[in-house]
Amino acid sequence: MKRLVSPLITLALIVAVWQAVIWLTGVRRFILPDPWSVAEALWRHRASLAEHTVTTLTEIVLGILIAVTLGMLTALLLMASKTARERGQILLVITQALPVFALAPILTLWLGYGLWSKIAMASLIIYFPVTVTFFDGLRRTDPGLLDLARVMGGTPRRILWLIRAPSALPALASGLKLAAVYAPIGAVIGEWVGASHGLGYLMLRANGEVKTDLMFACVIVLAALAVTLHALVSAFAARLAGWRPESADQPESAQSQ
Amino acid sequence: MRIAGDFQIGEMPVFTGLDLALEPGEWTCLLGPSGVGKSTILRLLAGLETGGRFRGSLTAPDRPAYMAQSDLLAPWLDVTGNVTLGPKLRGETPDLARARALIAEVGLAGHESKRPAELSGGMRQRAALARTLMEDRPVVLLDEPFSALDAATRAACQELAFRLLEGRTVLLVTHDPGEAARLGHRVHLLAKHGIAETLLPDGPPIRPAMAPETLSAQATLFEQVRAA
Repeated sequence: MKRLVSPLITLALIVAVWQAVIWLTGVRRFILPDPWSVAEALWRHRASLAEHTVTTLTEIVLGILIAVTLGMLTALLLMASKTARERGQILLVITQALPVFALAPILTLWLGYGLWSKIAMASLIIYFPVTVTFFDGLRRTDPGLLDLARVMGGTPRRILWLIRAPSALPALASGLKLAAVYAPIGAVIGEWVGASHGLGYLMLRANGEVKTDLMFACVIVLAALAVTLHALVSAFAARLAGWRPESADQPESAQSQ
Repeated sequence: MRIAGDFQIGEMPVFTGLDLALEPGEWTCLLGPSGVGKSTILRLLAGLETGGRFRGSLTAPDRPAYMAQSDLLAPWLDVTGNVTLGPKLRGETPDLARARALIAEVGLAGHESKRPAELSGGMRQRAALARTLMEDRPVVLLDEPFSALDAATRAACQELAFRLLEGRTVLLVTHDPGEAARLGHRVHLLAKHGIAETLLPDGPPIRPAMAPETLSAQATLFEQVRAA
């Protein structure tokens, strides 16, 4: 219960502050709609919101799957080959340094207005965190365990697969949690640049028609999507890293109990 | 099995004029204070990276079994998974019946499916011993495997290891004079100025921890380590 109640209190606080700002400043409705009219818009546009959410969700999920697969393969390759390490790491940094916003029009030009340009955007934005976290995990394997594996006669490939990869899973789990939060950004940017479906497209259209309440409804759906995705991925990540104890909720000193 | 020569890290000599032979079927203890290169000798015999340069002659065993101070259990594998890690790393099919028997022999029957985090320090080191036995090698290299355990657990683990490694050629690196006095057929004292074999009480190991001869040998070794 407590796990559900704490976030709900946070949400209630946000809504209260939101309403308070409107009462105190008397800001006009098309600049900042009140929570009630946004809730109304959510209900009124539920069918089209649902339809566009499915599009965006598809882009996000496919983007995550592709980027995680490619990222893990890249990290394994970087680990397996010194040449790949020396030459590949700069490439990796470049993919992250490229402003995805600037790339969006080109990707749309190349991949068209459909799903694939958005999937590419989402993938591009999370490829780096997934690769880097998994690669760091592979590199930080317990040296003693690696010594043991070498004495046991393990080949480099089997050591990579049986020792390094499993011990890097907690690090990968961190990368996946980042990916769940970043992927929606990529998909929505892609939809802004050019699309006929998706929450990003709906937002842009609502903006153009000065339907600020629908705009906010989109933002809320997007936020809910990101929170749900993050929760699901976190649960999955906890299974991946189940053997590593977490200590965030433990007291630092005996007195605090 | 013999290792003879000099070892240096960069321009800094760690040991010079070393000459150490392992007698087949016996426990050879390498005793000395920290920082004199005990573990380096073991790593050279194990064929592991040492971060320095060895010059001399070395007849290393073909794929020894190895056990270190920390248990080196893979935290994501259960006891059975850890015990069968060696065969899996070599691409062989592990003999699960043998693994189960060895786990029972070290007193961990019923704990086969537990992960290391669910075991006590002594149980983990016994799981590591089962993994070492699973390798079934004639030469076993032990790098202070009991030093992190409490006194009672340490004594129990020493007795268990000695019984189960019977007949194998064992090199035990240790900084504990009591351990050397109990377990060694021979004890070599490694110090800054070189290596020397020291005398031990008559009678084969494993010697009773509380026997007067063992205690007096422990005291003598302690004096020598302090003077080294």
